[in-house]
Amino acid sequence: MANYTQTFTKGLIRENPVLRLVLGTCPTLAVTTAAMNGLGMGAAATFVLVCSNIVISLLRHIIPGKVRLPSYIVIIAGFTTIVQMLVKAYLPSIDQALGIYLPLIVVNCIILGRAEAFASKNNVALSALDGLGMGAGFTAALIIMGSLRELLGSGTIFGWPEGGLIPSITIFVLPAGGFFVFGILIWLTNRLSKKLEGDTARRELTGRVCAACDTGGCPNAAICSLAAGEAADAEKPDVKRRESAHE
Amino acid sequence: MNSASLFAILIGGLLVNNFVLSQFLGICPFLGVSKKLNSAVGMSLAVIFVMVMATAATWPLYTFLLEPNSLGYLQTIVFILIIAALVQLVEIALKRFVPPLYNSLGIYLPLITTNCAVLGVTILNIDKGYDFVQSLVNALGAGLGFLLAMVMFAGVRERLESADIPKGLQGLPSTLVAAALVSLSFIGFQGLFGL
Repeated sequence: MANYTQTFTKGLIRENPVLRLVLGTCPTLAVTTAAMNGLGMGAAATFVLVCSNIVISLLRHIIPGKVRLPSYIVIIAGFTTIVQMLVKAYLPSIDQALGIYLPLIVVNCIILGRAEAFASKNNVALSALDGLGMGAGFTAALIIMGSLRELLGSGTIFGWPEGGLIPSITIFVLPAGGFFVFGILIWLTNRLSKKLEGDTARRELTGRVCAACDTGGCPNAAICSLAAGEAADAEKPDVKRRESAHE
Repeated sequence: MNSASLFAILIGGLLVNNFVLSQFLGICPFLGVSKKLNSAVGMSLAVIFVMVMATAATWPLYTFLLEPNSLGYLQTIVFILIIAALVQLVEIALKRFVPPLYNSLGIYLPLITTNCAVLGVTILNIDKGYDFVQSLVNALGAGLGFLLAMVMFAGVRERLESADIPKGLQGLPSTLVAAALVSLSFIGFQGLFGL
């Protein structure tokens, strides 16, 4: 039973997909101009995450290893389309606010990452819980960031109060404010989790660009390590030769 | 049909609505691959290439096959599959026919399938009602904008490497704050050509 609880709770703080693993950054930055948009995006992504995790877990013995990534993408795209149609029909204002980022849930690294790292190896109940936990962590991070940016940028939280709580600083609802608030939030989360766990030996998350490399969640992992170190160059002798010839 | 001029679309993608810095598309490679100028340029060139190719493939398909048969709701599934298949095909074709180009871009190609900037530009072209040529120009502009942001940011990060930053802010947090400042400079382009 502890296993099930842990599967759910790890996504909330310890392995929070946005603040700790730094996955799904595009929607995180783009839709969090208001808390309500963050909630809408989080809920939509959670739905896709749970459903695709369940289906992929059910099919994990059937899908051949070689075509697993395309199969996962088709499954995720199917559920993304369902969400798109539902939101368009019942929540047109959210549909307006999320715009292009709603269909882009299909390329959200969190979902493909959980499919590859978890759902393809675990049973249905665990996979569903994992999706729910990760989705909740994603939603929580989006709401926190959306509230902060809305409060600072428009003076309200979830559109309340009418006239605004504090004078607004417009820069925070602009793209620049998104990057800034995200950076500060990641710093705070790192501080907080360090304090909570009291660890020094743990992997130093602040030192790397993308912690997702280690969990295998990010499709860009290969290229990141290439950019970070010379190790990949050694494996590609022709690349190195060209570079030295260039010099 | 959208009547924006081709030049306005190109500048719009490049500066005013820069994909990375104003629309937050393609943030993962933007943060991940911008450490070294070489790989930043390689990645960007591969993205430009795939963006234009993907637009050339998805626009006719949507306009002549999906739209007339009221299958528009299949857009997401069809587009992502086309992009995935296209990337594979481009990779095989480059490997076979243009080995030098493959050597410089090949390693980046498989990673582009899940780059939201590529899917984003193909969907935006349809949403905005661009015709075929406008779509291609928009894809080119968006790709060049990606290149511009990557190259600029690679320069900023090189300086950041040697900076004396408080320990907690080292790595990702300071990178994001730097991105905020770079993005701030792009606000200056807002309103250019009435975009």
